[in-house]
Amino acid sequence: MERNLNYNFAFLDEGSKREIRRSILHAIAIPGYQVPFGSRELPIGRGWGTGGIQITMSVIGPDDTLKVIDQGSDDSVNAVSIRKLIGTTTGVKTTTDSAEADIIQSRHRIPEEPLRADQVLVLQVPQPEPLRSVDPHEEVTRRLHGDGEYTGIWVNLFERYLQTGSALRGADHPVLTDGRYVMNPSPIPRYDNPKLDHAECLYLFGAGREKKIYAVPPYTKVESLTFDDQPFRREDMSGRKCRLCGAENVYFDEFFDAATGERMFQCSDSGFCKKRREKGGNCHEE
Amino acid sequence: MKNRTPVLEGSHITVRFGDGCPYCREHTELEKGRCPVCRTIWAVRDVSFRLYEGEILGIVGESGSGKSTLLKTLYFDQPATSGDCRIARYHDGQKNIFDTSSQQKRYLRNHLMGMVYQNPILGLRMKISAGANVAEKLIAAGNRNAGSMIGRTEELLQHVEISLDRLRDQPRYFSGGMQQRVQISKATANNPPILFLDEVTTGLDLSVQAKVLDLIRSIQKELGIAMMIVSHDLSVIRMMSDRTMVMLGGRVVEEGLTDQIMEDPMHAYTQTLVNSLL
Ligand SMILES: Nc1ncnc2c1ncn2[C@@H]1O[C@H](COP(=O)(O)OP(=O)(O)OP(=O)(O)O)[C@@H](O)[C@H]1O
Ligand SMILES: [Mg+2]
Ligand SMILES: [Zn+2]
Repeated sequence: MERNLNYNFAFLDEGSKREIRRSILHAIAIPGYQVPFGSRELPIGRGWGTGGIQITMSVIGPDDTLKVIDQGSDDSVNAVSIRKLIGTTTGVKTTTDSAEADIIQSRHRIPEEPLRADQVLVLQVPQPEPLRSVDPHEEVTRRLHGDGEYTGIWVNLFERYLQTGSALRGADHPVLTDGRYVMNPSPIPRYDNPKLDHAECLYLFGAGREKKIYAVPPYTKVESLTFDDQPFRREDMSGRKCRLCGAENVYFDEFFDAATGERMFQCSDSGFCKKRREKGGNCHEE
Repeated sequence: MKNRTPVLEGSHITVRFGDGCPYCREHTELEKGRCPVCRTIWAVRDVSFRLYEGEILGIVGESGSGKSTLLKTLYFDQPATSGDCRIARYHDGQKNIFDTSSQQKRYLRNHLMGMVYQNPILGLRMKISAGANVAEKLIAAGNRNAGSMIGRTEELLQHVEISLDRLRDQPRYFSGGMQQRVQISKATANNPPILFLDEVTTGLDLSVQAKVLDLIRSIQKELGIAMMIVSHDLSVIRMMSDRTMVMLGGRVVEEGLTDQIMEDPMHAYTQTLVNSLL
């Protein structure tokens, strides 16, 4: 992308970026621990991925390649405007192919293709605090984390089990990171939770409104919270096939054909789907 | 009397709200426990007691005499200003439980104690089901098996005569008596040796009151839990407790077998209390 030279590289001033990088290092040193940071004003409203954007802007270099996705899609309005903001203030190359990207900023999904050790996935987080529904006060939840006291989160899961027959949440199902901190994985589908466990890549989580950064460094143990007699299950995607690329065993968006009323499936990861179609449906085939 | 080893022993427990001043440190008998100079409230002042295995210890006293504050302090809802408290089943009574880490305090609360609060809002989360409220104690004690917790929760609720079709209902839709019964289920979920009950029947209809008290009696007989029962109502204390402590202005002014106190009250305040019963 063409860089607009009226702005500092990656929009933020160097001091701010350095400060955010320090918070990121702090977060990497304590997997799953929420590190406060001085969230900056951006030409984008808070709650629109500003936490993720600030992380990306702080770690990106001129030679990096960037991919931005929203709910799996590279083309949504949100993804496009974030890509434009970071792209025009850095001039970096952008891509839709997750294998080509050095940094991927995402909301609500982790790409289908497993990420490598040289890649960073930045996830946008609306609510970083898994204990928020247990207690509204920051000083209380901080103490509960300190003591590893997560009874309240388990009670909420038990309540879900009692009311619905399953303790599993549809999205943002809490995880225990490195056996220590319970963490919101951001509103990714449960389908993506296992991708956090012992991954090769670095995961960074940014919450702009709540001013928190946290991280899952490579090869960290990440377990979804489940009762002993209620094993963790991903959403069942078996027997489904992408109507565009024919992929199976990926996470699908589901919709109804208005004309025929037929139920259809399509890869939620649009970059993955596009790549398969371009390569004749051969990429990442088991 | 039963076995004479105290399950819980408090010594010189003081809880004050405010910093105190030379005047109130000097004068222990303050009107309503409040210092006229610095306005510090000495809610609990130099209270010592022993709770024996399987007994019911009643605490009676007027409003503001420090009854709730004492129980909340023993249950770690409220820090003690000074004093010492020991539990026989915790390090053989060799450790002051006020001087332990917050994790140790949680362990004690969840395994060795139960609390039924005067105000059910303090004891129950009103917007989750009765079942999950009871299960909270099981979870806090480390249970992670959903099936076994449902079984135990049903058992506990049945025991206090809450029908199982209310398991998934929120306690905010329950009557006062039902809320207290859910609190009792929760407080006894891990079979603790010690149970604190703070004005469990206050505000309930007389007939409901009698039912709840009967229930507490039967649980006490069945499980042999030692109980501290607080009430400003001497008739409740007379009905329930083996021994009684009378509090006034944060201090214990009289203590003894309940029958003895009823027949022959020593302190002037106790005398007025007993006379008002007649
Ligand atoms: N958190 C607090 N901050 C300041 N003062 C308090 C606090 N809690 C209790 N007090 C004061 O301590 C004194 C004892 O209160 P407590 O609630 O223990 O009395 P009580 O004997 O339980 O009365 P009641 O029969 O009305 O329930 C009262 O003067 C009360 O106002
Ligand atoms: Mg009270
Ligand atoms: Zn004073």
